[in-house]
Amino acid sequence: MSTENTETEERTVRCMIAKVGLDGHDRGARVVARAFRDAGFEVIYSGLHKAPDEIVQAAVQEDVDVLGISILSGAHNTLVPKVIAGLEEYGAKEDTLVLVGGVIPEEDREDLKDEGVAAIFGPGTPIEETIEFVRENAPER
Amino acid sequence: MFDDDELERIRESREDWEEETLDPFLEYGERKERFATVSNHEVDRLYTPEDIEDIDYDEDLGFPGEPPYTRGAYPTMYRGRTWTMRQFAGFGTAEETNERFHYLIDEGQTGLSTAFDMPSLMGLDSDHPMSEGEVGKEGVAVDTLADMEVLFDGIDIGEVSTSFTINPSAAVIYAMYVALADEQGVPRDEVRGTLQNDMLKEFIAQKEWVIPPEPSLGIVTDTVEFAVEETPKFHPVSVSGYHIREAGSTAVQEAAFTLADGFAYVEDCLDRGMETDDFAPLLSFFFNSHNSVFEEVAKFRASRRIYSRLMEDWYGASKDESKRLKFHTQTAGQSLTAQQPMNNIVRVTLQALAGVLGGTQSLHTNSYDEALALPSEEAVRVALRTQQIIAEESGVADIVDPLGGSFAVEKLTDEMEEEILEYIHEIKEMGDGSVRDGVLKGIDDGYFLREIQDSSYEYQQRVERGEEVVVGVNEYTMEEDTSPDILQVDETTRDRQLERLERVKEERDDEEVEDCLDALSEAIESDDNVMPYIVDAVKAYATMGEIMEVFEEHHGSYQETVTAI
Repeated sequence: MSTENTETEERTVRCMIAKVGLDGHDRGARVVARAFRDAGFEVIYSGLHKAPDEIVQAAVQEDVDVLGISILSGAHNTLVPKVIAGLEEYGAKEDTLVLVGGVIPEEDREDLKDEGVAAIFGPGTPIEETIEFVRENAPER
Repeated sequence: MFDDDELERIRESREDWEEETLDPFLEYGERKERFATVSNHEVDRLYTPEDIEDIDYDEDLGFPGEPPYTRGAYPTMYRGRTWTMRQFAGFGTAEETNERFHYLIDEGQTGLSTAFDMPSLMGLDSDHPMSEGEVGKEGVAVDTLADMEVLFDGIDIGEVSTSFTINPSAAVIYAMYVALADEQGVPRDEVRGTLQNDMLKEFIAQKEWVIPPEPSLGIVTDTVEFAVEETPKFHPVSVSGYHIREAGSTAVQEAAFTLADGFAYVEDCLDRGMETDDFAPLLSFFFNSHNSVFEEVAKFRASRRIYSRLMEDWYGASKDESKRLKFHTQTAGQSLTAQQPMNNIVRVTLQALAGVLGGTQSLHTNSYDEALALPSEEAVRVALRTQQIIAEESGVADIVDPLGGSFAVEKLTDEMEEEILEYIHEIKEMGDGSVRDGVLKGIDDGYFLREIQDSSYEYQQRVERGEEVVVGVNEYTMEEDTSPDILQVDETTRDRQLERLERVKEERDDEEVEDCLDALSEAIESDDNVMPYIVDAVKAYATMGEIMEVFEEHHGSYQETVTAI
């Protein structure tokens, strides 16, 4: 019998930080990825220039709890809903916390949230705030 | 610059000052334990002649317009004419950008600057699946020569100079511009402009690529060779540190990696058998200007001095023009905040001031709303007016190198020079004596990525700890409702662009396109300069994607090698 006590041992949150589309601005994605790792999360970084479908496949295969999508190209209205639709197709939408980071105009935010984005973190967000959000909202296994 | 007796006297009086005047004040302490620039370079309380005792005026500073150019690239600097105010523009389809170009020309602007959309930047056609959502978003969409014809409709390209911010597919855009000159009857040697075309910094920082680093470098060298022979007034490469800094590097890393990239291009051209003095005058640079004013000024001055000396010592440059580092500057996009966006106008002003005090040849000032979205017209106008106020009202443009001789700035310039050189020597060692090989190796094994990522992470931690104050973000914050008037790109842009692409494909002679692409393929195979073949292909209306695919067939497509964090 295993003696491990699931009550006291904190579960490791699995996160994927993903760059979708052609946008190569990865400074924020890399900083957040490293900060998540330092915060004790398990982190996978997608690498650049991924199609929405590639991200969905990877997120599903890696069975992540949190998917952080970084996008600064202005193509968020097209690409983010595609990722979410993909997760839904695999039945993974419900147990994946989807976050978006980058330059997202105010008027696009509601639509993205309606699609299923849990939170949007714009420029200047303290990383601690993002980490806290993940700790509080990462889905239970 | 001071004789020994004088220095001795100054040293004594400084010691007296410290004891009698300074020490009592230090009992109250200072604002911080340690003062440092935004790049975390520590600065002293006070600089005195002792800090610059090793400077030899003639050797190290000299006069503007003469090597080593520490005090400026040209003798009269902005008294002759002010820097070129080159604001980068482009959105939607070629028609819309053409309209903007005409407006700018009517307003008296003679330099055009073109921003392309992501698919064009990555060498993809608008109908490629990866282009979805990105067509015309951050710049103009160009698939074929037909788009360039519309983009420059009614503009005599013999009369304007055009800057093209594009990299992996730069050779195709260059070929289209040459083809356009041929169509308009403008002699090729009258074609003026600048192509960014700096692939090395793409692999280091900006991360737009198609094929791997080494063949990418080969195409850049082809464009340089072609420019020397065909378009001697056109700058084929703008060696760029801007993106390296934006990716999170320090000022020293920005200057060091950029100069190293520049030397890598020089070495590749020399390997082709070109002469330094034939191609070096065509090289230009592009730097970032960030918040710490004196550090930036020191960076620009140190870079000019290093370039001048190494071009002569390492690469045998003899003409002044080959040693003169000329550069464009853009204010730091990463420094802009989404919070209290009007504050960004002040940041941009200080950064622009640093660029001017550092002797830039041209300048782009960012718009205050760029951390929120693509800039609005009003924000673009304020950004341009910022430059005009610096030029016309502040008086800083009336004196050449006005900070020259400042104990602080000269000392910082020396310190920057030393640290930049340390990196350049390290890179050269990585390449066993070749800067080019060192740069390629550094790309391959993730050296640059690690260096930059460590700096950017360290900066972010300083911000989080409150050691770096960002006004409106971690200090002086307030509740606000940010909904500025921002530019929206027309969603029908993609449809209109796809219609034109389809029409061009229907109307062109497919057989001729095939022949041109085959000829290009053979040229790649036999290591010929690819430029004349690309010119032929674009004239036959081959698409950008079709042309880039030929390169991919030969060299494979590049995937990021290091995704570790």
